[in-house]
Amino acid sequence: MNALDASGDNLVQITDLTREFSSGGGFLKPRRTMRAVNNVSLDVPRGKVTGVVGESGCGKSTLARLVLRLLEATKGTVTFDGKDLSTQSQAEMRRLRRRMQMVFQDPYSAIDPRYTIRRALLEPFQVQGEAKSASEAKATVDELISMVGLSPRMMASFPHQLSGGQKQRVGIARALALRPSFLVLDEPTASLDVSIQAQIIDLLESLKEELGLTYLFISHDLSLVRYFCDRVVVMYLGRLVEILPGAGARPRHHYAHALLDSNFEPDPTRRKVVTMLGGEIPSPFAKIPGCAFAARCPAANDLCMRERPPLTDLGNGHMIACHNPMD
Amino acid sequence: MMAAFEPIKTAIRSPRGGASAAVLLLVVACALFAPLIAPYAYDIQNLPGSNAEPSAAHWMGTDEFGRDLMSRIIYGARTSLTVAVTAISISVVAGLSLGAMAAYFGGWFDRTVTAVVDLTWSFPEILIALILIAIIGPGVGSVMVAVSIAYLAQFTRLTRAQIMALKNETFVEATTNLGAGHFHIIFRHLLPNALAPVIVAGMLATGDAIILEATLGFFGLGAQPPTPSWGAMMSSGTAQIFIAPWIIIFPGLAIAMTVISINLFGDALIEALDIRNRLRSV
Repeated sequence: MNALDASGDNLVQITDLTREFSSGGGFLKPRRTMRAVNNVSLDVPRGKVTGVVGESGCGKSTLARLVLRLLEATKGTVTFDGKDLSTQSQAEMRRLRRRMQMVFQDPYSAIDPRYTIRRALLEPFQVQGEAKSASEAKATVDELISMVGLSPRMMASFPHQLSGGQKQRVGIARALALRPSFLVLDEPTASLDVSIQAQIIDLLESLKEELGLTYLFISHDLSLVRYFCDRVVVMYLGRLVEILPGAGARPRHHYAHALLDSNFEPDPTRRKVVTMLGGEIPSPFAKIPGCAFAARCPAANDLCMRERPPLTDLGNGHMIACHNPMD
Repeated sequence: MMAAFEPIKTAIRSPRGGASAAVLLLVVACALFAPLIAPYAYDIQNLPGSNAEPSAAHWMGTDEFGRDLMSRIIYGARTSLTVAVTAISISVVAGLSLGAMAAYFGGWFDRTVTAVVDLTWSFPEILIALILIAIIGPGVGSVMVAVSIAYLAQFTRLTRAQIMALKNETFVEATTNLGAGHFHIIFRHLLPNALAPVIVAGMLATGDAIILEATLGFFGLGAQPPTPSWGAMMSSGTAQIFIAPWIIIFPGLAIAMTVISINLFGDALIEALDIRNRLRSV
């Protein structure tokens, strides 16, 4: 575990986090606002992998950017290691960024096309005002590049000369350059083919052990989340609907159940009947007073339409936002 | 850094790129070393020998004051290139800064810049230049200012369009997350990536600026006598067009050859850089 971190079980604490986006608006036309992230509270425990799953458009990536303050929150707070990020000055934020980094979904545009790999890997130090002599720079780049399993010969290459998997490794190396304790992984394997995905996940797993990292893993790949994460958080339309304490825990929210049930089982003898969801996802601009899933839920009643279910603890850290959970 | 010169080498290796580069080199050499190359001084009058046709002593003949036309064209290259290159350089630098800031910061600043730029964009360059010179008065300095403002809209729009597309790239977000400030992002990531099309557009605009400078010189608004300028020389040649047509033909040829070479070389550079689509994006 990183020695810089103060004690405490949770490295990151998210409280009532809300982010609104508005669109349209102009002459005689009202602006419409949508809540991409709606009142999300979540703790990210140290040294663990917390997975966030949900359909595309459910606010996963917005949540990732809010946690790193790449976007400003409309409401709510993110506390990183006891420090409220929204109150940090620019200089303090720059220092804090050394400890919280991100690996991006699209490795193809994550590196400036005009930068060599060497320059891209030295940029974190340049930005942080850490001058390095030529020999120090070479040692640093060599170390980073071999840490992610690439050959130091690639140092002088430009991003377009590398494959997707190699680029993602460079992205990971750059994120690790400043020795962070917290990594947000925003679908790091989504644009890679399956065999490369496995390699990247293996790399992330061994780096986590080696460097004592804490991960917030955003994904829509359910089997990957089940395999990789210690805790699984299910989002629907900007809201948290269920937090599963372990990968094996049985989901009890109707949406989480349908979602996690829907992954494909390669073994035909073990295939099961998949619950199909009816209806459409409501527009994110719609103001929903009750449960966001009520319109599609088989167990919905009047209460679900009227009142938003609070996130309640079922024991063992299993949290659920549902008036009528499954048995 | 050597990679930056690679497209220029490729451009020179193509036939039209090589030929136009040779002509441009000649024009630039004339401008730089005019006193060494020119056979006579540009302002020595010889009234008995006025309107003399091209001969061994005066390869391009003499003008209405008996001045050697070739010497004046060689010195004229100096005026034309200085005005055009200076004006376009100012315009490119100002356009890059304005366009980058407008696109990056957005908001009221972007709206103001876009409104003003679109307003000037809707007039032909010559009209803007004429209005400005009417306000500030004729002269070489005024022409530089007028030409740089006339072309400002083009570079601002081109830069703005580039930066708008670039600022949403993941690498900008990644750099922000490393702790980089606006300055680092604009100068180390956005502008270097937006530069190539703007530089080429600047190169092509230099050709147009030479024509604009010659036009203003033709109206007597540019360099004042006896300083030679290709436009002003053509203007004085109109009176002698039937007696001494070489006075108007040779400066005209100089302008045409220079501008055509700049355009051909610019085209070769566009091919070499492979940025035709990005230039059209404005």
